[in-house]
Amino acid sequence: MDSKAKIWLDGKEYQVSKDMTILEAAREIGINIPTLCYHKDLTPTGNCGVCVVEVEKSPTPKRACVTPIWDGMKIKTNSKQLRSLRKTLVELILSNHDVACPTCDQNEKCELQAMAYLMGIEETSFPSILRDLPLDESSHSIKRDPKKCISCGRCLTVCSEVQTVNALAQNGRGFSEVITTAFDRGMGDSICVNCGQCTVYCPTGALREVGAKDAVWDALLDDDKYVVVQEAPAVRAMLAEEFDMDISKVTVGKMYAALRKLGFDRVFDTNFTADLTIMEEGTELIERVKSGGTLPLITSCSPGWIKFMETYYPDLADHVSTCKSPQQMFGALVKTYFAEKENIDSAKIVSVSIMPCTAKKYEAKRPEMQDSGYRDVDYVLTTREFVKMIKEAGIDFKNLPDEKADDLMGQYTGAGTIFGATGGVMEAAVRSAFFLLTGENLPNLDLEAVRGMQGIKEATLKIPTKELGELEVNVAVAHGLGNARMLMEKVKSGEKNYHFIEIMACPGGCVGGGGQPYGSDMAGRARRGEALYNEDRDMPLRQSHENPGVQLIYKDYLQSPGSKKAHKLLHTYYFKRSLFNGDAEEEVTHKH
Amino acid sequence: MKFYRSHILISVDDVSLQAGVKEIIAVLKQELAKNALDDEINVLETGTLGHFGTGISMVVYPEQVTYINLNKDDIPEIIREHFLKGRPVRRLMMDPSFIRRYDFNYKNRVVLKNSGIINPEDIEEYIGTGGYESWEKALLEMKPEQIVEEVKKSGLQGRGGAGFPTGLKWSFTAPLEADQKFVVINADEGEPGTFKDRLIMEGDPHLLLEGLMIACYAVGATKAYIYIRGEYKLCIQRLQKAIDQAHEYGLLGKNIFESGFDLDIRLMIGAGAYICGEETALIESMEGNRGNPRYKPPFPGVEGAWKKPTVVNNVETVSNVPAIIKNGAKWYRKLGTANCPGTKVFTILGDVTQPGLCEVDMGTSLRTIIEQYGGGMKEGKRFKAALVGGAAGVLLPDSMLDVNMDFANLKEYAAVLGSGAILVMNEDADMVDMLYSILRFFQHESCGKCTPCSKGTQQLLTLINKVRAGEGSKEDLDTMILLANAMFQTSFCALGQSPIMPVKSAIEHFRSDFEKRIN
Repeated sequence: MDSKAKIWLDGKEYQVSKDMTILEAAREIGINIPTLCYHKDLTPTGNCGVCVVEVEKSPTPKRACVTPIWDGMKIKTNSKQLRSLRKTLVELILSNHDVACPTCDQNEKCELQAMAYLMGIEETSFPSILRDLPLDESSHSIKRDPKKCISCGRCLTVCSEVQTVNALAQNGRGFSEVITTAFDRGMGDSICVNCGQCTVYCPTGALREVGAKDAVWDALLDDDKYVVVQEAPAVRAMLAEEFDMDISKVTVGKMYAALRKLGFDRVFDTNFTADLTIMEEGTELIERVKSGGTLPLITSCSPGWIKFMETYYPDLADHVSTCKSPQQMFGALVKTYFAEKENIDSAKIVSVSIMPCTAKKYEAKRPEMQDSGYRDVDYVLTTREFVKMIKEAGIDFKNLPDEKADDLMGQYTGAGTIFGATGGVMEAAVRSAFFLLTGENLPNLDLEAVRGMQGIKEATLKIPTKELGELEVNVAVAHGLGNARMLMEKVKSGEKNYHFIEIMACPGGCVGGGGQPYGSDMAGRARRGEALYNEDRDMPLRQSHENPGVQLIYKDYLQSPGSKKAHKLLHTYYFKRSLFNGDAEEEVTHKH
Repeated sequence: MKFYRSHILISVDDVSLQAGVKEIIAVLKQELAKNALDDEINVLETGTLGHFGTGISMVVYPEQVTYINLNKDDIPEIIREHFLKGRPVRRLMMDPSFIRRYDFNYKNRVVLKNSGIINPEDIEEYIGTGGYESWEKALLEMKPEQIVEEVKKSGLQGRGGAGFPTGLKWSFTAPLEADQKFVVINADEGEPGTFKDRLIMEGDPHLLLEGLMIACYAVGATKAYIYIRGEYKLCIQRLQKAIDQAHEYGLLGKNIFESGFDLDIRLMIGAGAYICGEETALIESMEGNRGNPRYKPPFPGVEGAWKKPTVVNNVETVSNVPAIIKNGAKWYRKLGTANCPGTKVFTILGDVTQPGLCEVDMGTSLRTIIEQYGGGMKEGKRFKAALVGGAAGVLLPDSMLDVNMDFANLKEYAAVLGSGAILVMNEDADMVDMLYSILRFFQHESCGKCTPCSKGTQQLLTLINKVRAGEGSKEDLDTMILLANAMFQTSFCALGQSPIMPVKSAIEHFRSDFEKRIN
């Protein structure tokens, strides 16, 4: 069957694939039909109406984003009428929008601002009809400003369709409609898992992180405080985008230099505890395989996933690794191991992390996260906030000379760095597990089967162990909570026996996190992942167990993976959460 | 069969129930028994008698005396005077000349032919009028494609407002291969001033069921739903009873009349949102979702409820089908006009002498409807405007009184027939206030999904309020028309596309009302 269709677009004839919408076809041809609600990663909703085009024989204009093309379709994307209609629509939105551009987090990134500017709207024909709706600051992670919401529905789509969390919904009707949580109780009092994908897709400043920038500045400028910083793997993979540099490479040396310039007293790296996580989690996996424990083992690095699991799959909590996330392992060690080693008063240490993530803000505030005797992580900054700090401080990031992280908790291997991409934890774990079980290195360290953007990736590995003979290990990787849900249903039904599963809450893994720059798309996420794999490929050490810092901490402090001390500082437990408001109801696993 | 000398038909509908009709019936029966008349005089509960604002009313046959505004103290008098002495009680009677003038047009009715005559809660009475003969004929003597063809030929158009040809709609779904198809009756009658579907369902629920059964067989649907607005308590009760009776009589269920065809009909109760009368929003609501509209295409006929092919038809539309099957398309085409065959039920409200319903041929003039069926203007006041088609309709001035009321003709006047609600206003009515009331309605009922409708309806309300406050200007009137037009061009569904009708017609036909209020 002919899969092509002939269309006329603004008078010219084109051959395009039959299953496209008008908008997709036009973009392929090179005509960018303006739109506010459409995002190519998400199912189009047709909410804003800005993408209207004229179609021959149609009495009224059609929405390009939701109208499929047909053979022989004649489309006009620009006319006096269309320009006037689009302008009216944008003016209507502006009449109901808190136009506070210079003070808005999305200033210069806002899609509405850009659209209004491009359309040359100088003054609107309509009086302001903006309602006085309160800011929702109930969450530790996400702040919602309904006065800036344009009801495009992207956040709803990503929350319900991609993440299947369904924390956001339309409340009310017509002009009274607001996108909010069930019963408008606030994000912090809802089943929101804090993944922050809504903030990434929001075209305006209606959804953003709860900021910690000012608090961090205060700490940095306080002589009495000793401010220590860690940065997640995914952070180094996106800085190039923000500073107009080669996006295929990580910018780790300049990142360290910038942090020192900002005034951090000690610059460490979350990649160090990523390697440490592999030692702990790998040991846990091997234990479970050997002793016939609960399998599959499921990773626990992603706090969005953890809250999702606690809310929707508390019955699977036994499957989830007891390991804390690398951020929280780092936090617990900085105020114990590091403080003891350097003889610094833990009370004076301010532990800051820079994360591609909004859920990490929530995780750092979980009541149980204080095994050091203090709050393990004091402040979490998103990458967006970090970039702003660099710019605010006037640092010429692009031209900074490269620097190195500080010793003790700053060393990492290629295995640690790929934690930032979907499949990375799995790949890192397999590298080390293979070594721990066989005493030899995996012949090919690149585990291509678990890389890439496919929603659920599976592989079967053969490991010739000394003790147990040849082990066949089934592994699976899911990123995005919708995929995680599908995989968990498979685990529940028992249709396949998995041994080890990696779950990341955000599509693409941490590189696609909710704290990454506004407007990221799937292609951009994949590119960031590539930058991490490039870094890994070129590193001298690519397996976590080879990390000299990790070897040292076990020798000097933790004794061995899974030791009592390791359990105290590096492991945690989980709750069953209310499906109504996400409150912890009961402990479902316990701390050893 | 028992022979009675008189029959009392008493209207049991939503309104009379609230007025206490059940008590009156009890008193009536008690009094008849007391006077030993219960063997001679039969009391029948029927659907509406067709006039409104008349409280509890009843008709006595064969003399056809209509009593209105009854209360229970009147009953002994009626029994004594009318039934014992043969002297109708004049002070309680409706003006007989009004009734004589058109006799409620019973002889030309199609969908309301039984309403007010039979007991809607008794399937036997429906069968007694020839009911379910068409269902039997369709199922046993006709092929589905013949039915679709017959309905196509009849020229029947959707009576929900848009007037889409019904046979054509069916012909999209009928040939599709699917493991399940549905027919859904849109009984979520929400257009302000419209209650024609309620009258059909209250007065003759089996007629709707029979039409629906035929529709299901024609398109190959084995499951049907009637999505009915929750406020229609009596309709819900009567329809459920009718469905149960149809099951008992083997008219529904498995292997009906041993034809091999299975059919089940269920009721779904709406929660009161205007938008859920829009067919795709209705489907969303049926599926348990928020009632937001869906984009078309795919059209429901191809991908509707639970992604299965789904025909959505209005109550009145489907209620025409049994008569078409029984008498043929040719017969049906004799009713109404060439472009719009059949009859139409109108509800006449406002400043007329006798608000009520009528079922008349398509193409009857507005003047005839108001003067003959509505009893003319109340208190001799002058006609000013008629809002035709509900809130999504058009305000017609007196210069358009002679316009013929059918889909095709009204279109030429940039008007719509809509649901058939006619709100008549006299010289005292102010079109600025009227438009305000309509715009407030849209603002309240907009679902909030799309920008033009949710923000546009609010802006229109803001602008009309400005005019009402005496702060408006000529430019504001222009802005209203421009905005309503932009909403018509860009709104996601018919709701946001509708305000242009009342806005434009109000400002253009009744400009002086607006000019009085602006600077």
